[in-house]
Amino acid sequence: MYELFKNLGAWLVGGEQWAGPDGIAHRLAEHLQYSLLATLIATAIGLPLGLLIGHTGKGAFLAINLASFGRALPTVGLVVLVFLAGGLSMLPVYVALVALAVPAIVTNTYAGMTAVDPDVKDAARGQGMRGHQVLLQVELPLALPLIMTGLRLALIQVVATATIAAYVSFGGLGRYVFDGLAQRDLVQVLGGAVLVAVVAVALDLALSALQRFLFRHRTA
Amino acid sequence: MTIDWSWIGDHTDDLTTLTISHLQAALTAVFLGVLISLPLAVIAHRVRPLRGFLLGVSNVLFTIPSIAVFVLLLPVSGLTRTTTVIGLTIYTLVVLLRNTVEGLDSVPVKAKEAAKAMGTRPLRTLLTVEFPLALPVIMAGVRIATVMSISLVSVATYIGDGGLGQLFTDGFQRNFPTPVIVGVVLTLLLAVVADAALVALQYVLTPWRRRRA
Repeated sequence: MYELFKNLGAWLVGGEQWAGPDGIAHRLAEHLQYSLLATLIATAIGLPLGLLIGHTGKGAFLAINLASFGRALPTVGLVVLVFLAGGLSMLPVYVALVALAVPAIVTNTYAGMTAVDPDVKDAARGQGMRGHQVLLQVELPLALPLIMTGLRLALIQVVATATIAAYVSFGGLGRYVFDGLAQRDLVQVLGGAVLVAVVAVALDLALSALQRFLFRHRTA
Repeated sequence: MTIDWSWIGDHTDDLTTLTISHLQAALTAVFLGVLISLPLAVIAHRVRPLRGFLLGVSNVLFTIPSIAVFVLLLPVSGLTRTTTVIGLTIYTLVVLLRNTVEGLDSVPVKAKEAAKAMGTRPLRTLLTVEFPLALPVIMAGVRIATVMSISLVSVATYIGDGGLGQLFTDGFQRNFPTPVIVGVVLTLLLAVVADAALVALQYVLTPWRRRRA
């Protein structure tokens, strides 16, 4: 066990591991690229949907069930399925990652919208604000902390799951995990896993610090 | 992409075995998760300084990718069912711990004071007053943890286990969609059935809530 951790340490800090197209630096950049793009697409889909459901109050049933459906859907199965249907491209990976992220974004946006005090909305309407003005100038700013929590959760889950890109022969940090498994090289497998975990935890801590900073004047 | 129905007919035995193995892994993990999180939640509920620490640790554990958790456990428990169950249990802890603490927090102070005034000992109060009243919130956590575990079991296919997840690897390697579709559908079905069973269990366990509803 001690020998293993010593080798793992050496693998993580070895200069040759970090350089070149198979190097950690490049794999890390790929991993972040997949994760950020997928979260961005998911936000473009999930945010308007959550705002619409929250604003109109219609489709709450959909928002709640979407969350449990998203939790139940096996990501590995989804990736393989889209891969077999669409052939070798990044599409299966993005489909799976977006499908993973959308429910978290929709449900948190919806939760944020329902938490807005109805009296505040009434006051806004009473001042003559139109529906879209209430949505954009009153509800959205008040719901923002919870919306950001949803985005953070989604991004963390996506970063953790982007490992799967390597399963269908693409890059990212999952490369080390799957190559290591194939080559029975435990040090490489562990190295990849540790890197993904560190990236996920670091992003989570950084984003929650940012959240605390942005909303430092709010009490709730 | 067409479904080869005859493949399904020829493999009903295998599918049954995989489904049972899948469910077994998920339920064992949730059961262990409940066993671990109940005492931890009581500690987090009673000892305020430890609360942030316990919830924080479980949150960090949750951010670690599932595949990484399984892989990191390899030096400890190898390519076995134990690795799958430990990995899944770690994931259930976050949801179970948070909900159980919230459930205990939601117990009305008056109910606890009444129990105390009647001379009920703290442990008995916990078991006969606090846990029953916290049960709806705890069960909400158990439902989430169960559905999540059922979905996550398939990730363990990379370490040679994974129940229905084996159908994904199989279909991928042979470029044959049928097992993959069957695997996804069966996983979703298992989740729906397990969730419904838990709703029924909660109904049985909380008879005092029925009259109100």
